[in-house]
Amino acid sequence: MELLTPSIGLIFWMLLVFGILVFFLAKFAWKPILSALKEREDSIDSALRMAEETRAEMAKLKADNDRIIAEARLERDKIIREAKNASDNMLAEAREKAVTEGNKIIADAREAIQQEKTAMVAQMKKDVAAFSIEIAEKVLRKELTDKKAQESLVSNLISEAKLN
Amino acid sequence: MLRLLTNKFLLIASLSIFSLTFSFAQEGHEGHHEAKAEAAHDEEHFDIGQMIMHHISDSHEWEFAHGAVIPLPVILYTKEYGLEVFSSNRFKEGNGVYNGYINLHEHIHRLSPDGKIDEAVHVLDFSITKNVASLLLSAIILIVLMSTVAKSFQTNRGKAPKGVQSFIEPIIFFIRDEVVKPNIGPKYAKYLPYLLTLFFFILINNLLGLLPGGANVTGNIAITMTLAVITFIITHINANKHYWLHLVKPEGVPVLMLPLMWVVEIAGVFMKPMSLMIRLFANMTAGHIIILSLLGLIFIFQSWAVGGVITIFTLFMNAIELLVAFLQAFIFTLLSSMYIGSAIEEHHEADHGH
Repeated sequence: MELLTPSIGLIFWMLLVFGILVFFLAKFAWKPILSALKEREDSIDSALRMAEETRAEMAKLKADNDRIIAEARLERDKIIREAKNASDNMLAEAREKAVTEGNKIIADAREAIQQEKTAMVAQMKKDVAAFSIEIAEKVLRKELTDKKAQESLVSNLISEAKLN
Repeated sequence: MLRLLTNKFLLIASLSIFSLTFSFAQEGHEGHHEAKAEAAHDEEHFDIGQMIMHHISDSHEWEFAHGAVIPLPVILYTKEYGLEVFSSNRFKEGNGVYNGYINLHEHIHRLSPDGKIDEAVHVLDFSITKNVASLLLSAIILIVLMSTVAKSFQTNRGKAPKGVQSFIEPIIFFIRDEVVKPNIGPKYAKYLPYLLTLFFFILINNLLGLLPGGANVTGNIAITMTLAVITFIITHINANKHYWLHLVKPEGVPVLMLPLMWVVEIAGVFMKPMSLMIRLFANMTAGHIIILSLLGLIFIFQSWAVGGVITIFTLFMNAIELLVAFLQAFIFTLLSSMYIGSAIEEHHEADHGH
Protein backbone atom coordinates (compact mmCIF):
# COMPACT_ATOMS: atom_id res chain seq x y z
CA MET A 1 0.00 0.00 0.00
CA GLU A 2 2.98 2.22 0.56
CA LEU A 3 3.21 2.64 -3.22
CA LEU A 4 -0.42 3.67 -3.64
CA THR A 5 -0.52 6.52 -1.12
CA PRO A 6 0.52 9.77 -2.75
CA SER A 7 2.61 12.02 -0.53
CA ILE A 8 1.52 15.63 -0.19
CA GLY A 9 5.03 17.01 -0.49
CA LEU A 10 5.62 15.32 -3.80
CA ILE A 11 2.28 16.56 -5.15
CA PHE A 12 3.22 20.09 -4.06
CA TRP A 13 6.63 19.98 -5.74
CA MET A 14 5.20 18.27 -8.81
CA LEU A 15 2.54 20.98 -9.23
CA LEU A 16 5.14 23.69 -8.76
CA VAL A 17 7.75 22.18 -11.08
CA PHE A 18 5.31 21.06 -13.73
CA GLY A 19 3.49 24.38 -13.63
CA ILE A 20 6.72 26.29 -14.10
CA LEU A 21 7.75 23.85 -16.82
CA VAL A 22 4.50 24.27 -18.76
CA PHE A 23 4.67 28.04 -18.42
CA PHE A 24 8.34 28.32 -19.31
CA LEU A 25 8.28 25.87 -22.21
CA ALA A 26 5.06 27.31 -23.61
CA LYS A 27 6.54 30.79 -23.61
CA PHE A 28 10.16 30.18 -24.51
CA ALA A 29 10.16 26.87 -26.38
CA TRP A 30 6.85 25.79 -27.88
CA LYS A 31 5.84 29.24 -29.08
CA PRO A 32 8.98 29.96 -31.13
CA ILE A 33 9.32 26.30 -32.19
CA LEU A 34 5.73 25.95 -33.33
CA SER A 35 5.73 29.31 -35.07
CA ALA A 36 9.00 28.41 -36.85
CA LEU A 37 7.52 25.04 -37.85
CA LYS A 38 4.38 26.75 -39.08
CA GLU A 39 6.40 29.31 -40.98
CA ARG A 40 8.47 26.60 -42.61
CA GLU A 41 5.40 24.59 -43.50
CA ASP A 42 3.80 27.68 -44.98
CA SER A 43 6.89 28.47 -47.00
CA ILE A 44 7.07 24.88 -48.26
CA ASP A 45 3.37 24.98 -49.05
CA SER A 46 3.66 28.26 -50.91
CA ALA A 47 6.74 27.03 -52.77
CA LEU A 48 4.88 23.91 -53.83
CA ARG A 49 1.86 25.93 -54.82
CA MET A 50 4.06 28.31 -56.80
CA ALA A 51 5.72 25.36 -58.56
CA GLU A 52 2.30 24.01 -59.40
CA GLU A 53 1.18 27.39 -60.69
CA THR A 54 4.35 27.79 -62.73
CA ARG A 55 3.87 24.35 -64.19
CA ALA A 56 0.29 25.21 -65.14
CA GLU A 57 1.47 28.46 -66.62
CA MET A 58 4.18 26.67 -68.58
CA ALA A 59 1.62 24.23 -69.90
CA LYS A 60 -0.62 27.12 -70.85
CA LEU A 61 2.25 28.92 -72.56
CA LYS A 62 3.14 25.78 -74.43
CA ALA A 63 -0.44 25.30 -75.51
CA ASP A 64 -0.53 28.94 -76.60
CA ASN A 65 2.67 28.50 -78.55
CA ASP A 66 1.36 25.39 -80.22
CA ARG A 67 -1.85 27.15 -81.06
CA ILE A 68 -0.01 30.17 -82.45
CA ILE A 69 2.26 27.94 -84.51
CA ALA A 70 -0.71 25.99 -85.82
CA GLU A 71 -2.49 29.22 -86.66
CA ALA A 72 0.59 30.61 -88.40
CA ARG A 73 0.92 27.40 -90.35
CA LEU A 74 -2.71 27.63 -91.41
CA GLU A 75 -2.24 31.26 -92.33
CA ARG A 76 0.85 30.42 -94.34
CA ASP A 77 -0.96 27.64 -96.17
CA LYS A 78 -3.81 29.98 -96.87
CA ILE A 79 -1.54 32.71 -98.18
CA ILE A 80 0.32 30.24 -100.39
CA ARG A 81 -2.91 28.84 -101.67
CA GLU A 82 -4.26 32.31 -102.39
CA ALA A 83 -1.06 33.34 -104.12
CA LYS A 84 -1.16 30.24 -106.23
CA ASN A 85 -4.77 30.86 -107.12
CA ALA A 86 -4.00 34.46 -107.97
CA SER A 87 -1.07 33.51 -110.19
CA ASP A 88 -3.12 30.80 -111.84
CA ASN A 89 -5.89 33.29 -112.45
CA MET A 90 -3.45 35.82 -113.80
CA LEU A 91 -1.92 33.28 -116.13
CA ALA A 92 -5.29 32.14 -117.34
CA GLU A 93 -6.40 35.70 -117.83
CA ALA A 94 -3.22 36.62 -119.66
CA ARG A 95 -3.56 33.61 -121.87
CA GLU A 96 -7.14 34.42 -122.64
CA LYS A 97 -6.31 38.01 -123.27
CA ALA A 98 -3.47 37.03 -125.53
CA VAL A 99 -5.75 34.74 -127.46
CA THR A 100 -8.46 37.34 -127.90
CA GLU A 101 -5.88 39.97 -128.77
CA GLY A 102 -4.33 37.65 -131.30
CA ASN A 103 -7.72 36.85 -132.72
CA LYS A 104 -8.53 40.52 -132.91
CA ILE A 105 -5.26 41.30 -134.64
CA ILE A 106 -5.83 38.49 -137.09
CA ALA A 107 -9.37 39.71 -137.72
CA ASP A 108 -8.13 43.25 -138.25
CA ALA A 109 -5.41 42.06 -140.56
CA ARG A 110 -7.91 40.05 -142.46
CA GLU A 111 -10.18 43.03 -142.76
CA ALA A 112 -7.29 45.23 -143.85
CA ILE A 113 -6.26 42.64 -146.39
CA GLN A 114 -9.83 42.46 -147.56
CA GLN A 115 -9.99 46.21 -147.92
CA GLU A 116 -6.65 46.32 -149.74
CA LYS A 117 -7.86 43.59 -151.95
CA THR A 118 -11.08 45.40 -152.71
CA ALA A 119 -9.23 48.62 -153.31
CA MET A 120 -6.74 46.81 -155.51
CA VAL A 121 -9.47 45.11 -157.44
CA ALA A 122 -11.23 48.43 -157.90
CA GLN A 123 -7.98 50.02 -159.03
CA MET A 124 -7.29 47.11 -161.30
CA LYS A 125 -10.78 47.40 -162.70
CA LYS A 126 -10.20 51.09 -163.26
CA ASP A 127 -6.82 50.47 -164.81
CA VAL A 128 -8.15 47.66 -166.96
CA ALA A 129 -10.97 49.92 -168.12
CA ALA A 130 -8.51 52.67 -168.88
CA PHE A 131 -6.26 50.22 -170.74
CA SER A 132 -9.19 48.79 -172.55
CA ILE A 133 -10.40 52.25 -173.63
CA GLU A 134 -6.86 53.13 -174.70
CA ILE A 135 -6.55 49.88 -176.56
CA ALA A 136 -9.97 50.37 -178.03
CA GLU A 137 -9.09 53.94 -178.99
CA LYS A 138 -5.89 52.75 -180.63
CA VAL A 139 -7.72 49.91 -182.36
CA LEU A 140 -10.49 52.25 -183.43
CA ARG A 141 -8.04 54.85 -184.58
CA LYS A 142 -6.31 52.22 -186.64
CA GLU A 143 -9.55 50.72 -187.97
CA LEU A 144 -11.07 54.06 -188.84
CA THR A 145 -8.23 55.33 -190.89
CA ASP A 146 -10.01 54.52 -194.17
CA LYS A 147 -13.43 55.83 -195.18
CA LYS A 148 -14.95 52.51 -195.98
CA ALA A 149 -14.42 51.02 -192.65
CA GLN A 150 -15.99 54.08 -191.04
CA GLU A 151 -19.03 53.79 -193.19
CA SER A 152 -19.42 50.06 -192.53
CA LEU A 153 -19.21 50.65 -188.87
CA VAL A 154 -21.73 53.39 -188.88
CA SER A 155 -24.08 51.30 -190.91
CA ASN A 156 -23.56 48.40 -188.56
CA LEU A 157 -24.26 50.52 -185.58
CA ILE A 158 -27.35 51.91 -187.25
CA SER A 159 -28.61 48.45 -188.08
CA GLU A 160 -28.09 47.30 -184.60
CA ALA A 161 -29.76 50.31 -183.11
CA LYS A 162 -33.31 49.23 -183.97
CA LEU A 163 -35.85 51.89 -183.62
CA ASN A 164 -38.64 50.57 -181.71
CA MET B 1 -7.00 7.22 -39.74
CA LEU B 2 -9.43 5.35 -37.51
CA ARG B 3 -7.97 2.03 -38.56
CA LEU B 4 -4.48 3.25 -37.92
CA LEU B 5 -5.56 4.42 -34.50
CA THR B 6 -7.22 1.08 -33.76
CA ASN B 7 -4.06 -0.71 -34.80
CA LYS B 8 -2.03 1.52 -32.55
CA PHE B 9 -4.45 0.82 -29.76
CA LEU B 10 -4.20 -2.92 -30.26
CA LEU B 11 -0.44 -2.75 -30.26
CA ILE B 12 -0.43 -0.62 -27.15
CA ALA B 13 -3.00 -2.75 -25.41
CA SER B 14 -1.19 -5.98 -26.18
CA LEU B 15 2.11 -4.49 -25.05
CA SER B 16 0.60 -3.17 -21.85
CA ILE B 17 -1.05 -6.50 -21.10
CA PHE B 18 2.18 -8.26 -21.94
CA SER B 19 4.22 -6.10 -19.64
CA LEU B 20 1.65 -6.29 -16.87
CA THR B 21 1.17 -10.07 -16.98
CA PHE B 22 4.89 -10.40 -17.26
CA SER B 23 5.37 -8.35 -14.15
CA PHE B 24 2.78 -10.34 -12.24
CA ALA B 25 4.23 -13.63 -13.40
CA GLN B 26 7.60 -12.38 -12.40
CA GLU B 27 6.32 -11.32 -9.03
CA GLY B 28 4.71 -14.71 -8.56
CA HIS B 29 7.99 -16.41 -9.32
CA GLU B 30 9.62 -13.93 -7.13
CA GLY B 31 7.61 -15.09 -4.17
CA HIS B 32 8.85 -18.67 -4.59
CA HIS B 33 12.40 -17.64 -5.08
CA GLU B 34 12.20 -15.33 -2.15
CA ALA B 35 10.93 -18.10 0.12
CA LYS B 36 13.60 -20.47 -1.11
CA ALA B 37 16.23 -17.82 -0.89
CA GLU B 38 15.34 -16.99 2.63
CA ALA B 39 15.53 -20.64 3.57
CA ALA B 40 18.86 -21.14 1.82
CA HIS B 41 20.64 -17.93 2.67
CA ASP B 42 19.13 -17.06 5.94
CA GLU B 43 22.43 -15.88 7.28
CA GLU B 44 22.80 -13.25 4.53
CA HIS B 45 19.44 -11.58 5.23
CA PHE B 46 18.98 -10.53 1.59
CA ASP B 47 15.35 -9.51 1.38
CA ILE B 48 14.59 -9.01 -2.30
CA GLY B 49 11.14 -7.55 -1.62
CA GLN B 50 12.60 -4.92 0.62
CA MET B 51 15.34 -4.20 -1.90
CA ILE B 52 12.78 -3.66 -4.66
CA MET B 53 10.56 -1.49 -2.51
CA HIS B 54 13.55 0.55 -1.47
CA HIS B 55 14.44 1.17 -5.11
CA ILE B 56 11.03 2.03 -6.42
CA SER B 57 9.82 4.21 -3.57
CA ASP B 58 10.79 7.72 -2.68
CA SER B 59 13.46 8.48 -0.11
CA HIS B 60 14.94 11.47 1.67
CA GLU B 61 18.41 10.88 0.24
CA TRP B 62 19.64 9.91 -3.18
CA GLU B 63 21.50 6.65 -2.97
CA PHE B 64 23.38 5.59 -6.12
CA ALA B 65 25.20 2.72 -4.47
CA HIS B 66 26.17 1.77 -0.97
CA GLY B 67 28.33 4.63 0.19
CA ALA B 68 27.54 6.89 -2.77
CA VAL B 69 24.74 8.89 -1.23
CA ILE B 70 23.76 12.46 -1.94
CA PRO B 71 22.09 14.04 1.09
CA LEU B 72 18.99 16.05 0.24
CA PRO B 73 17.31 18.86 2.15
CA VAL B 74 14.49 17.89 4.47
CA ILE B 75 11.77 20.52 4.73
CA LEU B 76 9.10 19.97 7.35
CA TYR B 77 6.18 22.04 8.48
CA THR B 78 4.10 21.53 11.59
CA LYS B 79 1.50 23.85 12.95
CA GLU B 80 3.03 23.53 16.41
CA TYR B 81 6.74 23.87 15.60
CA GLY B 82 6.73 25.81 12.34
CA LEU B 83 9.10 25.32 9.43
CA GLU B 84 12.22 23.16 9.76
CA VAL B 85 14.92 22.77 7.11
CA PHE B 86 17.94 20.48 7.55
CA SER B 87 20.01 17.98 5.63
CA SER B 88 18.97 14.36 5.46
CA ASN B 89 22.45 13.58 6.79
CA ARG B 90 21.22 14.68 10.21
CA PHE B 91 18.87 11.70 10.31
CA LYS B 92 21.70 9.37 9.38
CA GLU B 93 23.92 10.77 12.09
CA GLY B 94 21.18 10.51 14.66
CA ASN B 95 20.15 7.03 13.57
CA GLY B 96 16.87 8.23 12.10
CA VAL B 97 16.16 10.82 14.79
CA TYR B 98 16.94 14.52 14.67
CA ASN B 99 15.63 17.50 16.54
CA GLY B 100 12.51 15.71 17.72
CA TYR B 101 11.69 14.20 14.34
CA ILE B 102 12.01 10.55 13.42
CA ASN B 103 12.40 9.14 9.91
CA LEU B 104 10.52 5.88 9.99
CA HIS B 105 10.67 4.09 6.61
CA GLU B 106 10.89 7.48 4.86
CA HIS B 107 7.86 8.77 6.77
CA ILE B 108 8.73 11.54 9.15
CA HIS B 109 6.93 11.77 12.48
CA ARG B 110 7.23 14.07 15.47
CA LEU B 111 8.47 12.52 18.65
CA SER B 112 6.94 13.49 21.95
CA PRO B 113 9.41 14.31 24.77
CA ASP B 114 9.17 10.77 26.12
CA GLY B 115 10.54 9.37 22.83
CA LYS B 116 7.29 8.04 21.41
CA ILE B 117 5.68 9.04 18.13
CA ASP B 118 3.39 11.97 18.74
CA GLU B 119 0.30 11.21 16.68
CA ALA B 120 -1.30 14.55 17.52
CA VAL B 121 1.31 16.49 15.53
CA HIS B 122 0.70 16.26 11.82
CA VAL B 123 4.00 16.64 9.98
CA LEU B 124 3.75 18.10 6.47
CA ASP B 125 6.78 16.83 4.57
CA PHE B 126 7.86 19.17 1.76
CA SER B 127 11.34 17.70 1.57
CA ILE B 128 13.37 17.68 -1.60
CA THR B 129 13.23 13.92 -1.79
CA LYS B 130 14.90 11.74 -4.40
CA ASN B 131 11.85 12.06 -6.63
CA VAL B 132 11.67 15.84 -6.22
CA ALA B 133 15.38 16.14 -6.98
CA SER B 134 14.93 13.99 -10.07
CA LEU B 135 11.90 16.08 -11.01
CA LEU B 136 13.96 19.26 -10.75
CA LEU B 137 16.77 17.65 -12.74
CA SER B 138 14.34 16.61 -15.49
CA ALA B 139 12.85 20.11 -15.53
CA ILE B 140 16.31 21.65 -15.91
CA ILE B 141 17.21 19.15 -18.66
CA LEU B 142 13.96 19.90 -20.48
CA ILE B 143 14.35 23.65 -20.19
CA VAL B 144 17.96 23.56 -21.39
CA LEU B 145 17.17 21.11 -24.19
CA MET B 146 14.10 22.91 -25.45
CA SER B 147 15.70 26.35 -25.19
CA THR B 148 18.58 25.03 -27.30
CA VAL B 149 16.12 23.64 -29.82
CA ALA B 150 14.14 26.88 -29.85
CA LYS B 151 17.34 28.85 -30.37
CA SER B 152 18.46 26.59 -33.20
CA PHE B 153 15.02 27.08 -34.75
CA GLN B 154 15.64 30.81 -34.63
CA THR B 155 19.12 30.62 -36.13
CA ASN B 156 18.10 28.01 -38.72
CA ARG B 157 14.99 29.92 -39.73
CA GLY B 158 13.69 28.62 -43.04
CA LYS B 159 16.52 26.10 -43.29
CA ALA B 160 16.76 22.37 -42.76
CA PRO B 161 16.94 21.28 -39.09
CA LYS B 162 20.33 20.72 -37.52
CA GLY B 163 21.76 18.84 -34.54
CA VAL B 164 19.48 18.08 -31.62
CA GLN B 165 16.78 20.04 -33.41
CA SER B 166 16.46 17.24 -35.98
CA PHE B 167 15.85 14.77 -33.17
CA ILE B 168 13.24 16.82 -31.33
CA GLU B 169 11.49 18.23 -34.39
CA PRO B 170 10.00 14.96 -35.71
CA ILE B 171 8.69 14.20 -32.22
CA ILE B 172 7.02 17.59 -32.03
CA PHE B 173 5.60 17.00 -35.50
CA PHE B 174 4.40 13.57 -34.48
CA ILE B 175 2.70 14.85 -31.32
CA ARG B 176 1.12 17.72 -33.19
CA ASP B 177 0.00 15.95 -36.36
CA GLU B 178 -0.67 12.39 -35.23
CA VAL B 179 -1.73 12.80 -31.62
CA VAL B 180 -3.15 16.24 -30.91
CA LYS B 181 -4.61 17.43 -34.22
CA PRO B 182 -6.71 14.35 -35.08
CA ASN B 183 -8.05 13.97 -31.54
CA ILE B 184 -8.77 17.55 -30.55
CA GLY B 185 -9.72 18.98 -33.92
CA PRO B 186 -9.41 22.53 -35.22
CA LYS B 187 -9.00 24.15 -31.78
CA TYR B 188 -5.91 22.08 -31.02
CA ALA B 189 -3.44 24.97 -30.82
CA LYS B 190 -4.64 26.04 -27.37
CA TYR B 191 -3.84 22.66 -25.82
CA LEU B 192 -0.67 21.92 -27.76
CA PRO B 193 1.80 23.54 -25.31
CA TYR B 194 0.40 21.54 -22.38
CA LEU B 195 0.35 18.26 -24.30
CA LEU B 196 3.86 18.74 -25.67
CA THR B 197 5.16 19.51 -22.19
CA LEU B 198 3.27 16.49 -20.88
CA PHE B 199 4.81 14.18 -23.46
CA PHE B 200 8.38 15.36 -23.01
CA PHE B 201 8.02 15.50 -19.23
CA ILE B 202 6.85 11.89 -19.02
CA LEU B 203 9.40 10.77 -21.59
CA ILE B 204 12.39 12.37 -19.90
CA ASN B 205 11.35 11.10 -16.48
CA ASN B 206 10.75 7.60 -17.83
CA LEU B 207 14.19 7.62 -19.38
CA LEU B 208 15.88 9.10 -16.30
CA GLY B 209 14.19 6.40 -14.24
CA LEU B 210 15.87 3.73 -16.35
CA LEU B 211 19.34 5.03 -15.55
CA PRO B 212 21.19 3.25 -12.77
CA GLY B 213 20.43 5.09 -9.54
CA GLY B 214 17.57 6.94 -11.23
CA ALA B 215 14.44 7.80 -9.34
CA ASN B 216 11.13 6.14 -10.15
CA VAL B 217 9.36 9.45 -10.75
CA THR B 218 6.74 8.45 -13.31
CA GLY B 219 6.16 5.24 -11.35
CA ASN B 220 5.09 7.29 -8.36
CA ILE B 221 1.37 7.61 -7.82
CA ALA B 222 1.63 11.23 -6.66
CA ILE B 223 3.20 12.28 -9.96
CA THR B 224 0.79 10.37 -12.19
CA MET B 225 -2.13 11.54 -10.06
CA THR B 226 -1.09 15.18 -10.45
CA LEU B 227 -0.76 14.78 -14.21
CA ALA B 228 -4.11 12.99 -14.50
CA VAL B 229 -5.81 15.64 -12.37
CA ILE B 230 -4.35 18.44 -14.51
CA THR B 231 -5.71 16.73 -17.63
CA PHE B 232 -9.05 16.23 -15.86
CA ILE B 233 -9.23 19.92 -14.90
CA ILE B 234 -8.26 21.11 -18.40
CA THR B 235 -10.86 18.78 -19.91
CA HIS B 236 -13.66 20.00 -17.68
CA ILE B 237 -12.79 23.70 -17.74
CA ASN B 238 -13.02 23.64 -21.53
CA ALA B 239 -15.88 21.17 -21.87
CA ASN B 240 -18.75 22.50 -23.95
CA LYS B 241 -22.50 22.33 -23.41
CA HIS B 242 -22.73 19.17 -25.43
CA TYR B 243 -20.39 17.31 -23.11
CA TRP B 244 -22.32 18.25 -19.96
CA LEU B 245 -25.63 17.57 -21.67
CA HIS B 246 -24.39 14.17 -22.70
CA LEU B 247 -23.64 13.38 -19.05
CA VAL B 248 -27.09 14.43 -17.87
CA LYS B 249 -29.15 13.13 -20.74
CA PRO B 250 -27.44 10.80 -23.17
CA GLU B 251 -29.21 10.57 -26.54
CA GLY B 252 -31.44 7.62 -27.29
CA VAL B 253 -31.69 6.39 -23.70
CA PRO B 254 -35.12 5.51 -22.26
CA VAL B 255 -36.13 7.70 -19.32
CA LEU B 256 -36.22 4.73 -16.97
CA MET B 257 -32.62 3.93 -17.78
CA LEU B 258 -31.42 7.46 -17.07
CA PRO B 259 -30.47 7.01 -13.40
CA LEU B 260 -28.38 4.01 -14.34
CA MET B 261 -26.78 5.99 -17.16
CA TRP B 262 -25.94 8.81 -14.75
CA VAL B 263 -24.06 6.37 -12.58
CA VAL B 264 -22.25 4.95 -15.62
CA GLU B 265 -21.45 8.36 -17.10
CA ILE B 266 -20.22 9.84 -13.84
CA ALA B 267 -18.15 6.74 -13.18
CA GLY B 268 -16.78 7.17 -16.71
CA VAL B 269 -15.83 10.78 -16.05
CA PHE B 270 -13.71 9.79 -13.06
CA MET B 271 -12.53 6.54 -14.58
CA LYS B 272 -10.67 8.40 -17.32
CA PRO B 273 -8.18 10.22 -15.07
CA MET B 274 -8.02 7.14 -12.84
CA SER B 275 -6.99 5.01 -15.80
CA LEU B 276 -4.43 7.63 -16.84
CA MET B 277 -3.01 7.69 -13.34
CA ILE B 278 -2.86 3.94 -12.86
CA ARG B 279 -1.65 3.07 -16.37
CA LEU B 280 1.50 5.15 -16.20
CA PHE B 281 2.17 4.32 -12.55
CA ALA B 282 1.66 0.58 -13.04
CA ASN B 283 3.63 0.36 -16.26
CA MET B 284 6.66 2.16 -14.96
CA THR B 285 6.63 0.52 -11.54
CA ALA B 286 6.11 -2.90 -13.07
CA GLY B 287 9.04 -2.35 -15.40
CA HIS B 288 11.28 -1.38 -12.52
CA ILE B 289 10.08 -4.33 -10.46
CA ILE B 290 10.85 -6.75 -13.29
CA ILE B 291 14.36 -5.49 -13.77
CA LEU B 292 15.05 -5.34 -10.03
CA SER B 293 13.63 -8.84 -9.54
CA LEU B 294 15.85 -10.18 -12.29
CA LEU B 295 18.88 -8.51 -10.79
CA GLY B 296 17.80 -9.77 -7.35
CA LEU B 297 17.93 -13.33 -8.66
CA ILE B 298 21.65 -12.92 -9.18
CA PHE B 299 22.11 -12.17 -5.50
CA ILE B 300 19.83 -15.03 -4.50
CA PHE B 301 21.47 -17.73 -6.64
CA GLN B 302 25.00 -16.36 -6.54
CA SER B 303 25.98 -18.46 -9.52
CA TRP B 304 27.88 -17.43 -12.64
CA ALA B 305 25.54 -19.31 -14.98
CA VAL B 306 22.40 -17.74 -13.56
CA GLY B 307 24.14 -14.38 -13.54
CA GLY B 308 25.03 -14.64 -17.23
CA VAL B 309 21.53 -15.66 -18.30
CA ILE B 310 19.93 -13.00 -16.15
CA THR B 311 22.26 -10.31 -17.46
CA ILE B 312 21.09 -11.09 -21.00
CA PHE B 313 17.50 -11.15 -19.83
CA THR B 314 17.87 -7.85 -17.99
CA LEU B 315 19.40 -6.31 -21.07
CA PHE B 316 16.36 -7.47 -23.04
CA MET B 317 14.00 -6.09 -20.40
CA ASN B 318 15.85 -2.79 -20.42
CA ALA B 319 15.33 -2.56 -24.17
CA ILE B 320 11.64 -3.23 -23.66
CA GLU B 321 11.53 -0.61 -20.92
CA LEU B 322 13.08 1.85 -23.33
CA LEU B 323 10.21 1.14 -25.70
CA VAL B 324 7.71 1.39 -22.85
CA ALA B 325 9.20 4.75 -21.84
CA PHE B 326 8.30 6.17 -25.24
CA LEU B 327 5.05 4.25 -25.46
CA GLN B 328 3.68 5.36 -22.10
CA ALA B 329 4.55 8.99 -22.77
CA PHE B 330 2.76 8.63 -26.11
CA ILE B 331 -0.28 6.91 -24.60
CA PHE B 332 -0.67 9.43 -21.80
CA THR B 333 -0.53 12.27 -24.32
CA LEU B 334 -2.82 10.48 -26.77
CA LEU B 335 -5.46 9.71 -24.16
CA SER B 336 -5.23 13.19 -22.66
CA SER B 337 -5.86 14.71 -26.08
CA MET B 338 -8.71 12.25 -26.67
CA TYR B 339 -10.36 13.24 -23.40
CA ILE B 340 -9.94 16.93 -24.14
CA GLY B 341 -11.11 16.34 -27.71
CA SER B 342 -14.25 14.49 -26.61
CA ALA B 343 -15.15 17.32 -24.24
CA ILE B 344 -14.82 20.15 -26.77
CA GLU B 345 -16.14 18.28 -29.79
CA GLU B 346 -18.72 20.37 -31.63
CA HIS B 347 -20.84 17.71 -33.34
CA HIS B 348 -21.11 14.94 -30.89
CA GLU B 349 -20.85 11.45 -32.26
CA ALA B 350 -21.24 8.25 -30.30
CA ASP B 351 -17.88 8.09 -28.60
CA HIS B 352 -17.72 5.24 -26.16
CA GLY B 353 -14.52 3.76 -27.46
CA HIS B 354 -12.59 4.22 -24.27
